[in-house]
Amino acid sequence: MRHLLSAADLDHQSAVRLLDRAAQLSVVSDRAVKKLPTLRGRTIANLFFEDSTRTRLSFEAAAKRLSADVITFTAKGSSVSKGESLKDTALTLEAMGAEVIVVRHGASGAAYRLAHSDWISASVVNAGDGTHEHPTQALLDAYTIRAHLRDGLGDLTDLRIVIVGDVLHSRVARSNVLLLSTLGATVTLVAPPTLVPVGVSSWPCAVTYDFDEALADADAVMMLRVQAERMSAAYFPSVHEYSRSYGLTDRRARLLSEHAIVLHPGPMNRGMEISADVADSPRSVVVDQVANGVSVRMAVLYEVFGARAEISPEGISHV
Amino acid sequence: MTSPARVFDADDIGRVISRIAHEIIERSRGAQNLMIVGIHSRGVPLAQRIAERITVIQGAPCPVGELDVSMYRDDVALRGARPVNATHIPAHGVDGQVVVLVDDVLFSGRTVRAALDALNDIGRPASVQLAVLIDRGHRELPIRADYVGKNLPTSLTETVQVRVLEIDGVDDVLVERKASA
Amino acid sequence: MSSSHIVIRNVRPLDAAPIDIEICDGRIRTLNTADAASGTTHNDAEVLDGEGCILLPGLVDLHTHLREPGREDAETIATGCDAAALGGFTAVHAMANTAPVADTAGVVEQVWRLGQATGRCDVFPVGAVTVGLQGERLAELESMASCAAHVRVFSDDGVCVSDAVLMRRALEYVKVFGGVIAQHAQEPRLTEGAQMNEGALSAELGLPGWPSVAEEAIIARDVLLAEHVDSRLHVCHLSTRGSVEIVRWAKQRGINVTAEVTPHHLILTEDLARSYDPIYKVNPPLRTADDVQAVREGLADGTIDIVATDHAPHPHEAKDCEWSAGAFGMLGLQTALGIVVETMMNHPGASSSRLDWQGIADRMSVIPARIGGVQAEHGRPIAVGEPANLVVVDPQRPWTVDPARLASLSRNTPYTGMTMPVSVRATMLRGHFTVVDGHLS
Repeated sequence: MRHLLSAADLDHQSAVRLLDRAAQLSVVSDRAVKKLPTLRGRTIANLFFEDSTRTRLSFEAAAKRLSADVITFTAKGSSVSKGESLKDTALTLEAMGAEVIVVRHGASGAAYRLAHSDWISASVVNAGDGTHEHPTQALLDAYTIRAHLRDGLGDLTDLRIVIVGDVLHSRVARSNVLLLSTLGATVTLVAPPTLVPVGVSSWPCAVTYDFDEALADADAVMMLRVQAERMSAAYFPSVHEYSRSYGLTDRRARLLSEHAIVLHPGPMNRGMEISADVADSPRSVVVDQVANGVSVRMAVLYEVFGARAEISPEGISHV
Repeated sequence: MTSPARVFDADDIGRVISRIAHEIIERSRGAQNLMIVGIHSRGVPLAQRIAERITVIQGAPCPVGELDVSMYRDDVALRGARPVNATHIPAHGVDGQVVVLVDDVLFSGRTVRAALDALNDIGRPASVQLAVLIDRGHRELPIRADYVGKNLPTSLTETVQVRVLEIDGVDDVLVERKASA
Repeated sequence: MSSSHIVIRNVRPLDAAPIDIEICDGRIRTLNTADAASGTTHNDAEVLDGEGCILLPGLVDLHTHLREPGREDAETIATGCDAAALGGFTAVHAMANTAPVADTAGVVEQVWRLGQATGRCDVFPVGAVTVGLQGERLAELESMASCAAHVRVFSDDGVCVSDAVLMRRALEYVKVFGGVIAQHAQEPRLTEGAQMNEGALSAELGLPGWPSVAEEAIIARDVLLAEHVDSRLHVCHLSTRGSVEIVRWAKQRGINVTAEVTPHHLILTEDLARSYDPIYKVNPPLRTADDVQAVREGLADGTIDIVATDHAPHPHEAKDCEWSAGAFGMLGLQTALGIVVETMMNHPGASSSRLDWQGIADRMSVIPARIGGVQAEHGRPIAVGEPANLVVVDPQRPWTVDPARLASLSRNTPYTGMTMPVSVRATMLRGHFTVVDGHLS
């Protein structure tokens, strides 16, 4: 795994292997010594052109638990606001010794472009690009679902997972549809037609406008964040109407089967896409998602660094 | 390439396991705080066999664990990501225990170095010893084994392959000259 | 420097038998079959051996961005004319979206004069329809039409004249001097933030979509407006199957509409966006393979009248970035003929979707000259007494596109490494070579 740009980069075997490795690494979080020497002396750059404190902190924690040095670059108060380009910033970070660049960017494809242009030779991990993908979020969601519904083993075969909300603008939804279906789950998207992308029929999932119907046999429900500015862009008439049709209300939560869990990538709009009671109920695994994010990102960073061995000239194996 | 030479067969391995078990008991003088810990991959079944043997000899169970050292290796950059294995340490932990690490082949010493670091992050054993089936020389670190099944002088152009029933379906040790050095 | 007395030997005008053609004082003086002329000598004439080559009327581009004034770092009128001449063009229409915008007689006259000064290619300025391309009030169309530049084509290209009333007024107003409104058909509200063709691929790539309907809706509205006010409409860079069908319907109905397609919409598809490399970012966006098939058919059957390059130079940094930060547009002048031959002549499809040399000459010279109102000088028949605006095409000499070797100041060609099936051997403007043996003269 030279780069992680899309959940589509992962086949079934490599996805399960990543989850397994993350599970191994999660044990470290329970020890007194929460650090592994694996990437000692190696440098990871966090390149965040968009404000995303939780994702950035999660990657930072992951890198530090592997003893890597972390250079963090955030758009706020940096030269990005003065018009420094993605290319120049990446060149700068590579010049500082970064071998892996974790990038969050508002432009779809920014991570792909960084990886496939001839600008840099560093490996690239996509930490969210525009409305395209957020593969580590999908990995931590899959990890969380597997931990709760599969005892942390194997894949997600036959699990029914419902993803609800602004699919059109959601990188989380795109990555999850790809990864969860790779892992054998049956995915159903629920959204108003205005928030479903044209061409969704080619995705490996079902689409419905009827949330109640989708809830009945769901094993996991993933609520997407809905941004209030979508309302002013006329994607839906009012917060109230959206919430009534597509929010996970207390009434809907009662339709769920006993074992079903509720996920949310955060930050939550309580009272809009999810009611406060549901968000705080035992079904909600939102806090687990955050914790699992660190383990999953440790596994990803380890894999990406490991793959660099295959391309480095001194990477000749000896027994 | 020459065909591999079999330097140990199943009987040889059985005898060596038994001898090492006796040596461990003798050296620990029947200590109650003994723990055998296998290093992934082939150290794990060897450790289990040694522990079973000790259990039989002593008439009291000998705790056994397994240790994955891949995250402690210093060669991620050279050799890439390694497969995932579990680390299992008996519930009472390694603090104050006499831990005998078990591996199949002692070569550069880097695996053992990684295992010592891994152990160090888990707890603080009273002492750590090392048992290996084959010591093939060519150390790159100041590390030696306390219990050795067989010293096998080799050249760097040779590979030593330990096969165990639990993983490979057969118990033996093969030495093979590499196609090119 | 080329002489004013030139003989091109053994060249085949369109698909006809080889001839010797004598050019003197900017016009074609004689045409002789090669056999009959073999004994003739022209002692003082410069001779070009056109053995194996095709002679076409000089190509005419109705849609070129020369960037001057304002963005001389991307292209100048001089470098753009070099690229045009090397591509076989003897006339280009320079779009109005410069800085300042070509919306006054002063600006269009400046562009016209700078073009005259190059001596490589005639530059006919396109005037803006609205002041500053703002879509709010009409520019002084009459002033631009009656000034030295004699503007006949008006366009806000880059921006759609989306206001229906304004579009109606523009169509009406240009009737006074026989002008035409060239519409960049893009419904603005349907394409806010749009980055690529809308469909399954844009959904997968997470790029905001530019739906076909945003183009088709404007074309449909505009052909009906043109019919209602009995004026002329030209549709710029049509790119979808639906657009072809609407124009076909309009023509059957007798509406005075013409349409163009770009070379890139004849050959490239949206799949190139998978690279997220904005070298493939263009407006209108690359569409599907089905749309490509439809525009080829439309061009072959005459629904689409012409090929126009939409040559759009951009400096390197405008393309060496992430997709959404990249500028829209591609170079086109030097590769246009090659792409048209490749897609309309060499491909193995049905003959009904193919063009011969006459068909290519019509769509790249004769008809664009007529739409642009420059048919007195350009797109003329190859006949005695006609102005010698000509191009000699070598169909046996393919070449490979290297952006660094194009004449344009910019390098944003999507065809890097691609082989063009034919090359321009020579281009002649009013009896003088502008290009000889593939080099500027």
